[in-house]
Amino acid sequence: MTSIPETLPAARGRAAAWAPRPGVVAAWILLALVALAVAWPSLLAARDPNAADPATALAGPGAGHLFGTDELGRDVLSRVVYGARPSLFIGAGSTLTALVAGSLLGVLAATSGRAVDGVVMRVADVLLAFPGLLLALLVIAAIGPGTTDAMIALACASVPGFIRIARSQGLVIRRADYVRAAVVLGRGRAAIQLRHVLPNALPPLLAFAMINIGAAIISGATLSFLGLGPPAPTPEWGAMLSTSRGYLSVAWAPAVFPGLAITVTVIAVNVAGRDLRRRFEGRQAVPRA
Amino acid sequence: MRPAGRWLLGRLPRAVIVLVGAATVTFVAFHLLPGDPARVSLGTPNPTAQLVATTRHQMGLDRPLAQQYLVFVGRLARGDLGMSYQLHEPVARVIGRGLWPTVELALAAFALAVVVAVPLAVATAGRRRASAALSWTVELVLISSPSFWIGILLLTLFSFDLRLFPVISGTSARGLVLPAVTLAASIVGVLTQILREGLERALDEPFTTSARARGSGETGVRLRHGLRHTLIPLLTTSGWILGALFTGSVVVETVFSRQGLGRVAAAAITGRDLPTVTGVVVVSALAFTVLNIALDAAYHLVDPRLREAAA
Repeated sequence: MTSIPETLPAARGRAAAWAPRPGVVAAWILLALVALAVAWPSLLAARDPNAADPATALAGPGAGHLFGTDELGRDVLSRVVYGARPSLFIGAGSTLTALVAGSLLGVLAATSGRAVDGVVMRVADVLLAFPGLLLALLVIAAIGPGTTDAMIALACASVPGFIRIARSQGLVIRRADYVRAAVVLGRGRAAIQLRHVLPNALPPLLAFAMINIGAAIISGATLSFLGLGPPAPTPEWGAMLSTSRGYLSVAWAPAVFPGLAITVTVIAVNVAGRDLRRRFEGRQAVPRA
Repeated sequence: MRPAGRWLLGRLPRAVIVLVGAATVTFVAFHLLPGDPARVSLGTPNPTAQLVATTRHQMGLDRPLAQQYLVFVGRLARGDLGMSYQLHEPVARVIGRGLWPTVELALAAFALAVVVAVPLAVATAGRRRASAALSWTVELVLISSPSFWIGILLLTLFSFDLRLFPVISGTSARGLVLPAVTLAASIVGVLTQILREGLERALDEPFTTSARARGSGETGVRLRHGLRHTLIPLLTTSGWILGALFTGSVVVETVFSRQGLGRVAAAAITGRDLPTVTGVVVVSALAFTVLNIALDAAYHLVDPRLREAAA
């Protein structure tokens, strides 16, 4: 731990090897496509995701249905496209909620004296003692299943991590000259917390949020897969995979394409997120040196 | 041995806080629940008001909240987890039945993940060849895939198409293969990255240079000098690995219809069987706390530098 040579050059070389520019560009293009599916699904899929047609049930991929059909004859492509909205709402929404709540609580803990700090951090410790998904399951057991409920449950599960990062940032920033200057100038405590500490604590929190989104999308799909997400007819990737289990011996398409949608989206989020983190860390290294 | 004992004593209050916290969280969840626990427990569609009142009294729900909380914590402290609403048998027995299959699955998956991750990390650390790029791509895909999807794909391919493994896993050794592979897949990506980063750090250290100067072969340097140092980052992330194994078992046991604690938890949550949910949460929080203390102790065994600092 005491050796002076940093691992930074090696890390940078490795990063350059595993995140070439074309890959990052492709990731952002994919994310733009997913964003389009969220904002305007009818542009990408012509068919109604809930239009059932028993005559063509469980058809393989072909000219009429590019991704085949499910057990009710619904178009899998349309359901995958329309499924982007609830699937990403749970994943991205929970991360955003955890980011906002965690940043505020963490900064509050770092700058409001020992009593507040003690309470916030003990609660965070207790929450961290649960494996993430178990905590989400417990919250769902209390508030019930559903899209918003799953989102809230996952936000509860990821908030302790954000609190920890925000607090450690806040503890450093609290001693910065510009914060002391603001104190001397007689600014109120809330103003200092919101205008000076919070914005400067934000960059590592945003980088962590980007990494967290990928995991949260998977956790959200997992909750839906367990039947704790949006109710039946809503197209959602995890729920679609759960239904497909009953027809594995006859149709592979409904079991493959929704999963592919999750994996490809999460890969794109992870590649873009790591690239952002690398850029952020590169910038961070300059003032530290 | 005295510092070790004192160290353990110092850890104990935090462990107790975490356990009481876990119990409190479940108690609060229990009372936030919309609907009357007495009605959920009865399970009949239209119970008479008198029956509900009697059940409420039997369950102690008519007492003040503070008293209920103390009774609840007192029972937990004595190891009494209550009766399951759904199965109408003691929660402790339900959990006891599911515990071993889940531990078996987790151990098999962890062993498998280590067997895959260690050679991958040793072969690719600090190298920029095609093999490293390929390994990195595989890790990225594994990290980005939900384990239930990997399970479904394996099930389609090996059980339905090739008919190599049973569709419903049961408890046979043959039935353990696909669930263990699925669970291992969910941690092998992260495990490889942790091991590789630790190995790369060790390969940058002066002792590696001196080992090379003595004429040790590259493989020997990596295995004998580098790999030991990956134990520390491995321990640091073992909390995450334990969590991933447990939550993974919820999913994997559901996909493969395998008996175990994870499936007990999933069924209890969908059925709103709160005593069982509480039992699973408290038991796993206990297991986590104990294992985390054990892992912290392992740090001191593995890293002599820490032992000297503590003494």
